[in-house]
Amino acid sequence: MEHYLNLAVKAIFVENIALAFFLGMCSFLAVSKRVSTALGLGLAVIFVLTVTVPMNNLVYVYALKPGALAWVSPALASKDLSFLGFLTFIGTIAALTQIVEMTLDRFAPALYAALGIFLPLIAVNCAILGASLWMMERNYNLAESAVFGFGSGVGWALAIVALAGIRERLRYSNPPEGLRGLGLTFIIVGLMAIGFMAFAGVQL
Amino acid sequence: MSKSREALIDPLFNNNPIALQVLGICSALAVTTKMDTALVMSAAVIFVLLFSNLFISVLRNQIPTSIRIIVQLVIIASLVIVVDEVLKAYLFDISKQLSVFVGLIITNCIIMGRAEAYAMQNPPGMSVIDGLGNGLGYGVILAGTAVLRELFGSGSLFSVQLLPLVSEGGWYTPNGLMVLSPGAFFIIGFFIWGIRTWKPEQVEQD
Repeated sequence: MEHYLNLAVKAIFVENIALAFFLGMCSFLAVSKRVSTALGLGLAVIFVLTVTVPMNNLVYVYALKPGALAWVSPALASKDLSFLGFLTFIGTIAALTQIVEMTLDRFAPALYAALGIFLPLIAVNCAILGASLWMMERNYNLAESAVFGFGSGVGWALAIVALAGIRERLRYSNPPEGLRGLGLTFIIVGLMAIGFMAFAGVQL
Repeated sequence: MSKSREALIDPLFNNNPIALQVLGICSALAVTTKMDTALVMSAAVIFVLLFSNLFISVLRNQIPTSIRIIVQLVIIASLVIVVDEVLKAYLFDISKQLSVFVGLIITNCIIMGRAEAYAMQNPPGMSVIDGLGNGLGYGVILAGTAVLRELFGSGSLFSVQLLPLVSEGGWYTPNGLMVLSPGAFFIIGFFIWGIRTWKPEQVEQD
C-alpha cells in the first residue's frame, strides 16, 4: 500500500509530467487561458491516462514483451515484438479516446458537452503516450501502472489549472509587447517548475 | 521557384513552428540539455517530417477524410519506429539519453500539424520542402537552446569542456538551473521575446 502511495505522490508532485518532463506541452500552453476549460481538459486527461496506461501495460506484457507470446504457443516464446510498441500504444490510445468519446456521448451527455473538443485532442497529447512509454521503460506491473497513470494525470491537471489561474490574473498586467502571450507563459511555467522542484526533497 | 524558397525559409523565423505556431514544444524542452542530443533529435524530426509530408501528400487523394488522423498516425508511427531502430543500432548512447522522447516524435504536434495543414492540400514536391523548412525551424530553436543550456549549465559544448569547472580546479561555477527544467522554459521564453521584438508583427494582441 505504502509503495503505491509513494508512486502516486511521486507522479503527482516530484516528477510532474508537465513541469519536470515537459509532456503534453502543446495543449498545456494552448488551453490554459481560462480555468474552466483547463479543468475540463485536466479531468479528461486524468481519465484517459488512468485507463490507457494499464491497458497498454496489458498489451505490452501479453503481446509485445520479449517472450510475451509464450502463452499462445511455446514456439513463439523467443519472439520480441517490443519494437511495435509505438504503433500499438498510439493505436490503443486513439481507439480508446474514440470509445470514451462515444460512451460519454451516449451515457453522460452533460460531461460530453463539457469536455467536447478536448477529447479528440487527447489522442495526440504527448502526456498520454509519454506515460505509456515510461511505463514500458520502467517495467511497471498492472497495479503500478494504474496508479502511475492516475497520478500523472492528476499532476498534469493540477499544473494546467494552476497555470490557467495565473494567466487569468495576468490579463490585468502590462508586460513588454514582445513578451505578451506565449513568451510570458513560458517564463511563468518556468517559475512554476521551480516551485514544484521544492517537492523533490519529499521522502515518503 | 520563389514559392518553394519561401516554403523553406519562412518557417525558420517568420513562421517558426515552436516560437509562433506553438507546436512540438515537449521535445524541444526535454532534449536540449546537451548539444549532441539536441542535434540528433532535430535530425530525427527533420527525417520524419520530410517523409511523413511526402507520403501523406502522395496519398492525399486516397485517404478518406473520416479516418485520416489514424492513417496519418500510422504513417508517422512507422517512420518513427524506423528512426528508433536506426538510432539504437548506430547511436546507442544517445538513443538511451533520448529515451522516450524518440517515441514521442509520433505525437510531436509539428508533424501532425504540418500533415494536416500542408501535406493534405499540396503536391509532394512542395510538401517535402515545407517539411524540411519546418524541421529546420525546429532545429534552429533546439540548437540555440542547447548551446545556452550546455554552455552555462555544464560549461561544455558537444561534451568538450570549454569552461573549466570549479569542481575540477577551474574557475567556472556551473549554473545548475540551466540543466533543470525551469531553465529550458526561461530560455525558450526569452527566445520568443527576442524573435517578437525583432519581428513585431508576431506580437499577440489580446
